Amino acid sequence: MSTAVAAHPDAPTSGVTNAKLGIWLFLASEVMLFGTLFTTYLVLRMGAASWPRGWDVLNVPMGMVNTFVLITSSVTILLAYVKASEKNKSGFQLYMGLTILLSFAFLVIKGFEYGAHFAHGEFPSTSIFNAVYFTMTGLHGFHVICGIIVNSGLLYLSGEDFEHPLFAGRVEGAGLYWHFVDIVWIFLFPALYLL
Amino acid sequence: MSEQTAHAHDIRPYLFVFGALLVLTVVTVTVSYLHLPPGPAIALGLAIATIKAALVAAFFMHLKGERAIIYGLIAITVFFLIVLFVLPITDSNWTSSRRVEHAAVGAQAEAAEAPAR
Amino acid sequence: MNTHDEHHGGHHELTFWEKYVFSVDHKVIGLQYLITSFIFLLIGFSLMMLMRWQLAFPGHPIPLIGGLLSSSLAPNGVMTGEFYNQLGAMHGTIMVFLGIVPLAVGAFGNYIMPLQIGAPDMAFPRLNMMSYWLYLPGGLMMLSSFIMPGGPAQSGWTSYAPLAIINPGQTVWLLSMVVIITSSLLGAINFLVTGLNMRAPGLSLDRLPIFVWAQLVTSVLLLLAFPPLEAAAVLQLADRVMGTSFYLPSGLIILGQPLKASGGGQPLLWQHLFWFLAHPEVYVLVLPPMGIVSEIIASGTRKPLHGYKTMVGSMISLGIMSFIVWAHHMFLSGMSPMLGNFFLVTTMIISVPSVAILTCMIFSLKGGSIRFTVPMMFALAFLPLFGIGGLTGLPLGLTTTDIYLHDTYYVIGHFHYVVVTGSIIALFAGTYYWFPKWYGRKMDETLGKIHFWGTVICMNGIFFPMFIQGMAGQNRRYFDPTAAHHNIPTQPLHIVSSVFAWLLFLFQLPFIYNFFKSMWHGEISEENPWQATTLEWACPSPPPHGNFAKTPRVYRGPYEYSLPGHKTDWFPQNEEAKA
Repeated sequence: MSTAVAAHPDAPTSGVTNAKLGIWLFLASEVMLFGTLFTTYLVLRMGAASWPRGWDVLNVPMGMVNTFVLITSSVTILLAYVKASEKNKSGFQLYMGLTILLSFAFLVIKGFEYGAHFAHGEFPSTSIFNAVYFTMTGLHGFHVICGIIVNSGLLYLSGEDFEHPLFAGRVEGAGLYWHFVDIVWIFLFPALYLL
Repeated sequence: MSEQTAHAHDIRPYLFVFGALLVLTVVTVTVSYLHLPPGPAIALGLAIATIKAALVAAFFMHLKGERAIIYGLIAITVFFLIVLFVLPITDSNWTSSRRVEHAAVGAQAEAAEAPAR
Repeated sequence: MNTHDEHHGGHHELTFWEKYVFSVDHKVIGLQYLITSFIFLLIGFSLMMLMRWQLAFPGHPIPLIGGLLSSSLAPNGVMTGEFYNQLGAMHGTIMVFLGIVPLAVGAFGNYIMPLQIGAPDMAFPRLNMMSYWLYLPGGLMMLSSFIMPGGPAQSGWTSYAPLAIINPGQTVWLLSMVVIITSSLLGAINFLVTGLNMRAPGLSLDRLPIFVWAQLVTSVLLLLAFPPLEAAAVLQLADRVMGTSFYLPSGLIILGQPLKASGGGQPLLWQHLFWFLAHPEVYVLVLPPMGIVSEIIASGTRKPLHGYKTMVGSMISLGIMSFIVWAHHMFLSGMSPMLGNFFLVTTMIISVPSVAILTCMIFSLKGGSIRFTVPMMFALAFLPLFGIGGLTGLPLGLTTTDIYLHDTYYVIGHFHYVVVTGSIIALFAGTYYWFPKWYGRKMDETLGKIHFWGTVICMNGIFFPMFIQGMAGQNRRYFDPTAAHHNIPTQPLHIVSSVFAWLLFLFQLPFIYNFFKSMWHGEISEENPWQATTLEWACPSPPPHGNFAKTPRVYRGPYEYSLPGHKTDWFPQNEEAKA
């Protein structure tokens, strides 16, 4: 397609590949999805008679460690993309593997936090703050799991498909999604833990 | 496809941004230990988070130097996002204040009725 | 890209399943959407016919099928209030989310848009298949709620909290909605990428047919307005399943018992989030039909559309404005009156582009040599009827008059004029217009005309009385209108509406017969039966896999009819001018 279009000087495309445009459109819808959750958070917080400060009810150090973990995984997936576009297979596999490990680490730490809450008898139904906290982090966690599935799939496919001309583009797409998951956490962390 | 090789694979900016993100995370956590009142705390926390998100978007997501169509898409999305924030929150602030007023009026009325019984 | 290669290079034999069931061809998927959504429309319509009996003759046993209904729904054939509410909620949901949207976007958009831009298929064919295969299970799941314990949703298609959280039956509704929304989102992404990246050479944005523009704007609305409802639905689901209180205020007392919930939520938040989707959704319902009518008017009048740029600009501004008018559905909800004024002003502003589009369509008729074909007749009927629908909306958008008209039959009349005599009429027009494209055969003209007159007269017969009832103060949503004394004077009009509703059903029979008969035995159509200019007529009917033998090249705008000096009165977009 790209060669066929290039033959015509008035080729009417957006200049972005289909896959990349598709991912960005998907991320736009995701922005609205998480935007709704933040609206909910703000509306409920501002309407509440009292709202706990994050550090009183949540484990700030663990949240901070998780922030480091997620930011680091964002860098490793970026390096995986760099390696993929340099056609360096083992380098790609190393950094993609690291990304997946870090994502699991994020989920494990989150799991410990959840476990501590449940042990204290704090459930989503306990208070409106808990409802917001569990739903927002839960939905974010769901996105992390989706990311793990996509990234593991790419790691698995790299065994055979690494030379495919579109492979680096797919890694770029997965990377864009993963950075977005990172950005969501960058807002979630202060909103829930620090304010 | 030429566009992909055009990203010179100089990873130094990425590592610089990585460092900046870590530092900003430490800053925002440290500030939170000062236990500022909600107003300034939210303003500062939001400002730092926005800077961090902008760094990730601009460098990690290669938004810096992206095509016009992506900028357009982001502009539309951000516009509707602001709408989604501002209007329901404005309304909720008003209805919440009404609830407080109603509660106050109700309490007064009860207090006025109580001696009559 | 790879899709291109796959479609031109791969000539392996497709199995029956690959060809007709799990097909990745946009044409097969389009027809799957077409048939499925027409069936859902019929189901939604049948629910309404039951409701119409209750409204016309409250308390009388339903004839014919009354005895077949279970005794919990209709003891001795007399409908219960719960059953009436279930029918109402499911009618709205099915018609909007499973009927019109999939028909306008999934069916027409899927089949026609890639052809009109000269593309071999959608940008992501497999994603396209996935959209359909999420839509169908989502729809079946919605229907399955009729046999679930607790029955289907009964809190209206708006699912207002806190009622929807307390009522039984809403859980399946919410889950199905999440599935259907995901399907629409995938579709929207696919449409936008296709429309922006897959256009034939020479087809710049200012040469796109109006229908394609309508699909693009619609896709933006779906893309950005549906996620908030998806999130809101997840929160409501949490309220029902996990016991959270996002939409449950503190101190709620139900049947004398304090509700066991933490409280602290806000019911109005649900309304805001719901209508943040649902108002753009209204434009999802009307923009593609507007696009269809524009195509048909251009070819039916044999002259270029009046004000192409005005129409495109109006559609874009409709799309943008539609995101900031939603709270005119909530004027009487106790929301801030100051904000109400804001929404009043935006609502008045959004009527300007709508009127501009309609005016352009009407001006397009001036001086045209109109061919009264069946699709053109439907398109012509769209103009005044959609106009009535739009203009009757103005009093509802003004806060002062809305106080009186809110929640009366006037509202029902208004939006049914928009989506039934507007959207559905236009979708019928599109069906007659593109049928030769789908099957290579024409639909029967005589049966089409019977269908046309019967449909248009009956639709008006159903909805016009509702304006009178509404202005007389008849409340909507009442299971038994005669229970309120002030409704009794306008009760006979319910009988009029109901009779026309049942007649409308009878007049759909010629359409159904015509559709299936013409599919196999219709008159063979020539390649370009309407002598139209747009690209979908530049390939065989029905188009083969991959659509165009050779990628077409576009030389001019979409509506070059009656060009002076040209040998025929139409000048296709892909025909090279002879110098």
